[in-house]
Amino acid sequence: METNISTKAKNGLGVVSIVIMIWTVIPLLWILATSLKSDAALGDSSKNVLGNFWPKDISWDNYKLIFSGGASDLFMPALWHSIIVCVVSTVISVVLATFCAYAISRLDFPGKKLILTTALAVSFFPVIAMVTPLFNLWRQIGLFDTLPGLIIPYLALTLPLSIWILSAFFQQIPWEMEQAAQVDGATSWQAFVKVVAPLAAPGVFTTAIIAFFTAWNDFVFSSNLTAQHAQTVPAALSFFTGASQFVQPTGAICAAAVVVTIPVVILVLVFQKRIVAGLTSGAVKG
Amino acid sequence: MSTVAETTKADLTSEEQAHLSDRAKGERNLGWRLAGPAFIVMLLVTLYPIGYAVYLSLFNYRLTDPAGKKMVWLQNYITALSDPLFWQAFVTTLVIVIVTLVFELILGMAIAMVMHRVVWPRRTLRTVVLIPYAIVTVVSGFSWLYAAQIDTGFFNHWLHFLTFGGFSENFNWFGGRWSSLTIICLSEIWKTTPFMSLLLLAGLAQVDSAQEEAAKVDGATWMQRFTKVILPNMKAALMVALLFRTLDAVRIYDNPYVMTGGANKTQTLSMLVGTETVSRVEIGMGSALAVILFLIVLIIAFIFVKLFKVDLTTSGRS
Repeated sequence: METNISTKAKNGLGVVSIVIMIWTVIPLLWILATSLKSDAALGDSSKNVLGNFWPKDISWDNYKLIFSGGASDLFMPALWHSIIVCVVSTVISVVLATFCAYAISRLDFPGKKLILTTALAVSFFPVIAMVTPLFNLWRQIGLFDTLPGLIIPYLALTLPLSIWILSAFFQQIPWEMEQAAQVDGATSWQAFVKVVAPLAAPGVFTTAIIAFFTAWNDFVFSSNLTAQHAQTVPAALSFFTGASQFVQPTGAICAAAVVVTIPVVILVLVFQKRIVAGLTSGAVKG
Repeated sequence: MSTVAETTKADLTSEEQAHLSDRAKGERNLGWRLAGPAFIVMLLVTLYPIGYAVYLSLFNYRLTDPAGKKMVWLQNYITALSDPLFWQAFVTTLVIVIVTLVFELILGMAIAMVMHRVVWPRRTLRTVVLIPYAIVTVVSGFSWLYAAQIDTGFFNHWLHFLTFGGFSENFNWFGGRWSSLTIICLSEIWKTTPFMSLLLLAGLAQVDSAQEEAAKVDGATWMQRFTKVILPNMKAALMVALLFRTLDAVRIYDNPYVMTGGANKTQTLSMLVGTETVSRVEIGMGSALAVILFLIVLIIAFIFVKLFKVDLTTSGRS
């Protein structure tokens, strides 16, 4: 990389960056634009500007529809299900993975390579392959269409990921402090709780965000293992219906999509650096 | 005690291990006490369903007819592999994997190089690029679906404008197999290229800039520096990124489900497993298809690890 990059190259790269950002943002702006269109504008390009992109008159009807109107019966419970299922599975995974990753990066015991390899291997499982046996089992033991019936398979998404990312994080922690505590007479356990845990908190937090994204994104499990009592937002979106059977649910779907995208975008904006570190840590030999 | 603790783990000979001190034994026990629960839960929620799927795949079994459950050994596999529908889904999946991978690799590399060198807007670019990774796939699927649809969309309007009216405003993207797959691939590329570029960026950061500088001084062109210095130096990161994305693309489900629902021969292998299981409640056949998909993933991983020598124990998952 050139140390004294020329102004021309600098500006060139700036322009390319802006093109990349526009390409990245257009589908998001588009879904926002569509959510602000009235039913009439959705089918009539003369009511929109920029080549049928942005509505001339902004309408909040679609948001009313999902929060208090006809689509709220489907959307509001789905939002709650999503939050509960994702938070619970993230918390379980991250707690289990924290202990596990600490042991892997810090203690000497046989089988740590086996744990890491297994975590990596199972995160490549085609998730749909787990759906068929679980569908059969859940039907028989009554877990079909329940929240625990989703939380359990979500662990399969979040736990291997958490173990892997956290192990990578923990390997970068300055462990001398733990040794210092042990020299001062603390046991391994005390050193873990009093010294290591506070040091490890940022890594744990980042892992939680990534695990949460993964669970929040799931469609395979929630569309196949639920019917209506435990449906999460991605599944509910695909089953939306319009205000009447003659109206396409386009606007309502887009409004709901915007609502579930906002928290994700905020998390990205605030924790960008950490998320990138988490996603790439260990992905490339350091 | 301190001497044992200071003996680095790798230095322990087998003889020393035979006489583990209490301290080392305690460490072992604690190790498994801490790691064990996560490991067991992970096996329970992943390996158990797969094992159960292998078992179920040997039966002719409809959920609505439990009494008719009958062991048929490999009959489900033979039926699946001789069914044109399976091969159609196979080809669809393969096309999506290859097309998205090629574009993601080129675009991802380009974006990574821009992110690596750009001075302004460095931070903003890195943040914005991360957004598609984080948003829900179903949401991006709907966004691209509505963008390409005739009545609600803007694609046709923009293309019509850009081609000076050459492109019909009423082109139905979802009317045929290949045009549907184009939109599916576009959405998939948009959604996953950021992840690819971040992995590649991490690889780029490892390339020795002194080497690149030396090549430049020796008069190497930009292309030569790229192919002879940069690429070989980040081969490991490149292969890992490729492997991750390939295995991820093979499982593609959300995007085609939302956009076409499998119409016009756009059903992927994962969707086939889903329909067979949930809509037709053919648990035996669904399981057989799931196991086949699982084997495909295993074979791809094996090819990468053995042929391309991707070392996964030193390099990690996303």
